[in-house]
Amino acid sequence: MKELRIEAKTENLETVLDFVETALEGVSMKRLNQILIAVEEVFVNIANYAYSPNSGEALILASVGDFVIIEFEDSGVPYNPLEREAPDMALRAEDRVIGGLGIHMIRNLMDEVTYRRDGNKNILTIKKEKS
Amino acid sequence: MTLTITKNKTENCCVLSLAGRIDTTTALELQPELEQAIDENKKVALDFAEAAYVSSAGLRVILAGEKRAKARGSVMTLINVSKDIMEVFDMTGFTDILKFE
Repeated sequence: MKELRIEAKTENLETVLDFVETALEGVSMKRLNQILIAVEEVFVNIANYAYSPNSGEALILASVGDFVIIEFEDSGVPYNPLEREAPDMALRAEDRVIGGLGIHMIRNLMDEVTYRRDGNKNILTIKKEKS
Repeated sequence: MTLTITKNKTENCCVLSLAGRIDTTTALELQPELEQAIDENKKVALDFAEAAYVSSAGLRVILAGEKRAKARGSVMTLINVSKDIMEVFDMTGFTDILKFE
């Protein structure tokens, strides 16, 4: 199990993706890219909404067995992205219709996506068969 | 790995070759390049031969490019899209909106 504790802001996305890429050494390129897309969507979601307008940390735990399991924890406002996609206000109205795209992609790319609220933490877990 | 954008101009067509990840960060670099290419050329091609993946932020920029091209009477085409990346365009319904070659 590898872990990364990092400030949840989009400027840190590349660091997060590099961390996951390193943690998932040995996973095929196709799988890795599918997982990286999902990781990006989840992390950017946390960066944009969990602590807004303040900032805070995200903890990312990655493990590889028969399944790749990545868990994202934040202590932001209670928010289950699987229930509802927050509108992306940075987009112009004509583009906002595809605001739910990210969560749609995560669901399609991963085998399992679960959310739970534990104390003051949001915990989102994505799971994908390793090969 | 980040994104490297290489521009190649021939007559009326401008090819933007995208090498690396088209993600939340790099999509911001692609946006102005793509807008400029569309404004200056009747035909723009996005070459995905060296692209690793496209996230939803990348899809947004590509969709905005398609809208801009349409409004200006230009044509934007996506070329050399791998099977894996095509899956992403498929699952999001983008294959119906964009032109592939």
